[in-house]
Amino acid sequence: MYKILLKEDLVPGIHLFKVAAPNVAKKACPGQFVVIRIDERGERIPLTIADWDEEEGSVTIVFMEVGTTTRRLAWLGTGDFITDFVGPLGLPTHIDKFGTVVCVAGGFAVATIVPIARAMRREGNKVISIMGARNKSLIFWEERLRSVSDQLIATTDDGSYARKGLVTEPLKELLENGEKVARVIAIGPSIMMKFCAKTTEPFGVKTIVSLNPIMVDGTGMCGCCRVSVGGVTKFACVDGPDFDGHQVDWDLLFARQRIYLDEEKRSLEQWQGQSGSCS
Amino acid sequence: MAKLNLNRVPMPRQDPKIRGRNYNEVALGYSLEQAREEASRCIQCPKRSCVEGCPVEVDIPGFIQAIRDGDMPEAVRILKSKNSLPGICGRVCPQETQCEATCSLAKKGAPVAIGRLERFVADWERANMPSAGSSPVLPKPTGRRVGIVGSGPSGLTAAADLAKLGYSVTIFEALHVAGGVLMYGIPEFRLPKEIVQAEVNYVASLGVKIELDSVVGKLMTIDELLGNGYDAVFLGTGAGAPMFMNIPGENLNGIYSANEFLTRVNLMKAYRFPEYDTPVKVGRRVAVIGGGNVAMDSARCALRLGADEVYIIYRRSEAEMPARREELENAMEEGIIFKLLTNPKRYIGNEQNWVVGMECYEMELGEPDESGRRRPIVKEGSEFIIDVDMVVAALGTRPNPLVASTTPGLETTKWGTVVADEETGKAVKDKVWAGGDIVTGAATVISAMGAGKRAAVDIDKYLRG
Ligand SMILES: Cc1cc2nc3c(=O)[nH]c(=O)nc-3n(C[C@H](O)[C@H](O)[C@H](O)COP(=O)(O)OP(=O)(O)OC[C@H]3O[C@@H](n4cnc5c(N)ncnc54)[C@H](O)[C@@H]3O)c2cc1C
Ligand SMILES: Cc1cc2nc3c(=O)[nH]c(=O)nc-3n(C[C@H](O)[C@H](O)[C@H](O)COP(=O)(O)OP(=O)(O)OC[C@H]3O[C@@H](n4cnc5c(N)ncnc54)[C@H](O)[C@@H]3O)c2cc1C
Ligand code: SF4
Ligand code: SF4
Ligand code: FES
Repeated sequence: MYKILLKEDLVPGIHLFKVAAPNVAKKACPGQFVVIRIDERGERIPLTIADWDEEEGSVTIVFMEVGTTTRRLAWLGTGDFITDFVGPLGLPTHIDKFGTVVCVAGGFAVATIVPIARAMRREGNKVISIMGARNKSLIFWEERLRSVSDQLIATTDDGSYARKGLVTEPLKELLENGEKVARVIAIGPSIMMKFCAKTTEPFGVKTIVSLNPIMVDGTGMCGCCRVSVGGVTKFACVDGPDFDGHQVDWDLLFARQRIYLDEEKRSLEQWQGQSGSCS
Repeated sequence: MAKLNLNRVPMPRQDPKIRGRNYNEVALGYSLEQAREEASRCIQCPKRSCVEGCPVEVDIPGFIQAIRDGDMPEAVRILKSKNSLPGICGRVCPQETQCEATCSLAKKGAPVAIGRLERFVADWERANMPSAGSSPVLPKPTGRRVGIVGSGPSGLTAAADLAKLGYSVTIFEALHVAGGVLMYGIPEFRLPKEIVQAEVNYVASLGVKIELDSVVGKLMTIDELLGNGYDAVFLGTGAGAPMFMNIPGENLNGIYSANEFLTRVNLMKAYRFPEYDTPVKVGRRVAVIGGGNVAMDSARCALRLGADEVYIIYRRSEAEMPARREELENAMEEGIIFKLLTNPKRYIGNEQNWVVGMECYEMELGEPDESGRRRPIVKEGSEFIIDVDMVVAALGTRPNPLVASTTPGLETTKWGTVVADEETGKAVKDKVWAGGDIVTGAATVISAMGAGKRAAVDIDKYLRG
């Protein structure tokens, strides 16, 4: 059992847990993830490690409510327990001195990009971060990301805060305006990562994306997480989750993410029926 | 000598029509009368050829005689002195190629049903001697620590034997339950999880610590274990990484590896979705590729989930199928359709990326290959299409490279298996032993247990100096 040391509601539908997992905290690196299972009946789902504190023995995760598991998770609070918390899984993000690195984050992924931006900066890179949200009410950790970046650009889809538009727009401008970008790291919804990769492709700038296919074990045992990169099948949980965005077969990823649409709906209905939740 | 009785007492089983839709155990087990009748068929031959067929050398005539005498506690004692997991082995050992193959009566076509009797003894013990599984008196602690990686049959056996010798033993297991393939692979209707759990509890009762959710190679490395107070490490991580054929369309929706399918169904209990949160697709027409136990288990799970038609697609003929005979027969009885001498060429998908069919070749058998089985050869121009909406690929597994890739000095073969001495399990790296599927590639429960036992002996020898 893993204790939730702290729960923080960041914005509506996005929550932060600080979980007591001292061994995971000792080994965590930027870009890695954990697999959690709430209880005996729960599903195993992957969540990126957003932060860790070796001294405190804690690991921070930030998650967005989308379906049954993440909504059930959102019901837990400080002092509650999660049955399983396995990690750190996946390969760490490749951190090196590249020059100028642009970190692009969409939605909840602002949390997951912070440790990457921080590590890139520590390594001596110039870090330009771009963060995007649907609207003002969903903006969080802007200051935190700014504090680990040389420059920060925020966008909202509806223009209710900061710059109006999608993250790909400032990204394109940076590249067009002659900023010598050595590498782009884009993390967020799959569609956003795809378009970031499409944006950088004509400029030939290496773009790393963090793929989020459906997973079960997260250790290379089931093959559920297969993705196609450069025409070769890879298991995202052990060969990734970071891959070269220009090589990813996006259509395959999108299709495989939809395998359980019907079941996800049924599961949510059953759970909402039981819990009497009103959403 | 009594007259030879060639009538094996049949195993009572659930009706195929009914069992094809439930997850309860198929084989119901002998009654005491049936067991004694079957036991009386054993002629107690002095050569004891049956024992030679058992990888852990169970005293077969001994425990059978005890059943005959009606002395069940004695049968339990004899059996368990060699095999600490009889309830499991009696159910899943491929007896027809092991103990029952070498039984003197096998020549007459009716070997003693050793596996069924073994199962009977184990079940009798669980029902009648609830405290029998409780810990034997343990020797004085040696003060030495052994780390075991993986809680499959090899790891559990090594752990139990070392704990009984006074070592402080910790098992590290990647998944959220212990038991390895016995928990995540072999389905409930063939090996009830309660039985596996009882064995795991027994091992824990010997003082063995079991650390779940611990992926060695990620959470800690072998060298870190050895540097942090572990005097020896045993690797029993199995052969858990699925293989695919690398043919077109293999990543279509609806195509599972057997590992994923069985893990969802057995470990995550998807057959009870949505009561349990993990979903699994229920195909109407399901093709399972392969001819081993894994393929049979996948096919029978698909049937139980509610498929209309389930095919086994196998590239050789029935004689070459590596599955346990009994399960092959069970599968046939349940209505699984066998398409033999057939191999997929490619999968066909629809616009939504869902599998809708597979193109197959007809095959024929050529000369025997290295494995001694006749090599399947493609019949050119024989392609035909089967409509399917779900596929389970049971094409074999190989060791997961997670541990080997993070352990310098651990030698592996080109198949990814760890190099270890067959007799002692000693790996090339100092203070490291290995056994079970990680060394042999996918094999059997009893061979994994045998390897765990031999490694425990050698680790003890080493630590005593
Ligand atoms: C490596 C990795 C890191 C991730 N990190 C984060 C994170 O930091 N924060 C966050 O909010 N989300 C993250 N996700 C996504 C998160 O795992 C899914 O949102 C979650 O599993 C949804 O579960 P659900 O039951 O709430 O929703 P469901 O209704 O079951 O599904 C909703 C969506 O989530 C996807 N999904 C469902 N089950 C799984 C599963 N077992 N594994 C992966 N995806 C699944 C489906 O494709 C579907 O589109 C990550 C995914 C991966 C693969
Ligand atoms: C579906 C199926 C049906 C089968 N049917 C039969 C049968 O009828 N009869 C028979 O004799 N055999 C059968 N087998 C084969 C048999 O189950 C295996 O040969 C046996 O389980 C091997 O035991 P093992 O201890 O080597 O490994 P496993 O049982 O594979 O256990 C290995 C354990 O190590 C864990 N692990 C792996 N990597 C790590 C890591 N890095 N850190 C921590 N833990 C790790 C795994 O999670 C797993 O729990 C079947 C196999 C399958 C898949
Ligand atoms: S352990 Fe297996 S091989 Fe040995 S006697 Fe029992 S059933 Fe036969
Ligand atoms: S070989 Fe067969 S008949 Fe002979 S002792 Fe063994 S089980 Fe009995
Ligand atoms: S999640 Fe099972 S292999 Fe990647």
